[in-house]
Amino acid sequence: MKSDVQYNLDERYVFSDKAKKNVFIVLILGIIFFAIGVAMLAFGGDHSAAHALAYGDPTGHVGEGGHGFSWVTRLKSDLWINTVFFTGITMIGVFFVAIQSAAHVGWSAALKRVPEAFGSYLPVLGVVMLAIFLWAGHDLFHWTHSYLYNETLENGQPNPQYDEIIAGKAGFLNPTFFIVTVCFIFVWFAFWFFIRKNSLAEDLEGGTERFWKIKTLSTLFIIFLAISSSIAAWMWVMSIDTHWFSTMFGWYMFASWHVSGLATITLTVLFLQDQGYLKMINENHLHDLGKFIFAFSIFWTYVWFAQFLLIYYANIPEETAYFIDRFQNDLYKKAFFLNIFLNFIFPFLGLMTRDAKRKTIILKIVCFGVLAGHWIDFYQMITPGVLKENGGFGFMEIGLLMIYIGVFVLWIGNALTKAPLVAKNHPMLQESLNHHI
Amino acid sequence: MEKNKHFLVGIFDDQDELLHAVEHIRHAGVKIHEVFTPYPIHTLEHELGYKRSYMPRAAFLFGATGTTLAIAMQSGMMGIDWPMIIGGKSFLAIPDFVPVTFESTVLLASFGMVGTFLVACGLHPLKAPRLFDRRSTDDKLVMAIDLGNNSLSEDQIKAVLKEAHANEIYRKDFTDEDNSESFLTYLVDLFTKGVTSSSRKLN
Repeated sequence: MKSDVQYNLDERYVFSDKAKKNVFIVLILGIIFFAIGVAMLAFGGDHSAAHALAYGDPTGHVGEGGHGFSWVTRLKSDLWINTVFFTGITMIGVFFVAIQSAAHVGWSAALKRVPEAFGSYLPVLGVVMLAIFLWAGHDLFHWTHSYLYNETLENGQPNPQYDEIIAGKAGFLNPTFFIVTVCFIFVWFAFWFFIRKNSLAEDLEGGTERFWKIKTLSTLFIIFLAISSSIAAWMWVMSIDTHWFSTMFGWYMFASWHVSGLATITLTVLFLQDQGYLKMINENHLHDLGKFIFAFSIFWTYVWFAQFLLIYYANIPEETAYFIDRFQNDLYKKAFFLNIFLNFIFPFLGLMTRDAKRKTIILKIVCFGVLAGHWIDFYQMITPGVLKENGGFGFMEIGLLMIYIGVFVLWIGNALTKAPLVAKNHPMLQESLNHHI
Repeated sequence: MEKNKHFLVGIFDDQDELLHAVEHIRHAGVKIHEVFTPYPIHTLEHELGYKRSYMPRAAFLFGATGTTLAIAMQSGMMGIDWPMIIGGKSFLAIPDFVPVTFESTVLLASFGMVGTFLVACGLHPLKAPRLFDRRSTDDKLVMAIDLGNNSLSEDQIKAVLKEAHANEIYRKDFTDEDNSESFLTYLVDLFTKGVTSSSRKLN
């Protein structure tokens, strides 16, 4: 079937003023929401204080100033959720390109510049992450307190705050190792940098030499990412609940990142098409992207459930503590169930049929739903551990998320203008243009 | 009712020729019964004007049946028939049911699909498969046109096939006996000869 759609392989993306204006509206709305959220929390009368009153702080201190809690702690937690979430999405952009290259995938050749643009955002997030750790580390991570590690005080008395379990993990849970995990982001960026360089050179030179170079780089990147993403997951999120551990956690977070990344790639492609670009991408390519989102949503559920069921069934106190904080806490119970609904039932039923994967409007709805779902996934991973009974969801969370989205879109939009939208000398481009399933 | 079936068979060598031929033949108003190819040909099903298969819907229904049965079975056993406390959980501990429910869903969906596939392809035991040309499993693309289903005469269709560059054109008849086999014959053949009469006739 020959399609009669006219397309231009040399097209370049122009970040139009109209698009920029829309992003700035989101940014400004985000800042306004954020300011409202801060004002509500700082001057009282917000609903999370009411929650704390209603459900009681175990220490008896409630509401304002209770147990050293202030809105700044909540800000730190929210910053951390968004930074980890967007680092994942950005990293998955590079991972997507690497997988396609390592597996000699043809169908995605025409859209590979979209995920490829994501990688340029990595160093920004790396710096942000390091800054947040230096500023907010003690609030986010219990293990950063040095008093946990000394068996005796300076005067020779036994240290009442000594924590044998955390002290036993000191080889991993230390600031140096944390900085190593942040450095992973820069290593991912380095891999991206060289993949990108070769990809751009391919546009000028043609031939297959660059293709093989990218393949080698991609394979190395995937091997490195398999280990580093898992370690990063333990460090960035699992260590918040310091006493708790799960052997599934690395995969669980990776699955969450992967679905979010795929949804972001799909949405970017769809929005580019709405603006008149990427005409060569038709419903067959979207079908494949939809299949990816569908399949990895189920994969996420599998990993999530594998972690949950064993803990639920074995009922060992040190393991169940994690789920009691989330599942049996009225503050987070909604997020817990919304998480399963938006990340499993919604994409599972929404993208099940072939027609749904080929219709842009359904794809868009499901992508937004899945992205919201995985943000909630990270919310319920991080907030209960950091804020305990003081957590909440309000203007501050929405505003901060909008700011992060705005900056991300600005950066990616700008990165897309830096190179032609189609890798026109990609050896498999013909296969992609004639893709039919 | 007349059970004898009469077909015209056209043999093609090249997939592009076949695709053009299909377009030409359908354009001439001839209904194509089926095309047999040794390997899948992209867009052929589109050219033949096939509607979407009902298989996915069948799969969903079989899967849903499996889910329902598994949940009913476990709730019945663990909740009503013989309630037991296991690991301090409630009688209807839904998370515990998930693995069995999942397996049962997959089992029924896959078994159901094997059966549906056999029925949909006409490969179930009592039906004698009609093999038009053995070479369709080797290197030839075989097109079958049901004469009883077309208003054009045999000669007219032959002419259309010729125009469409078919390499060989011949008539193939399936008799009443070929089309319906008695269950007894089937079983006797299966056990005495190790092969059913329908497969023998394929030669």
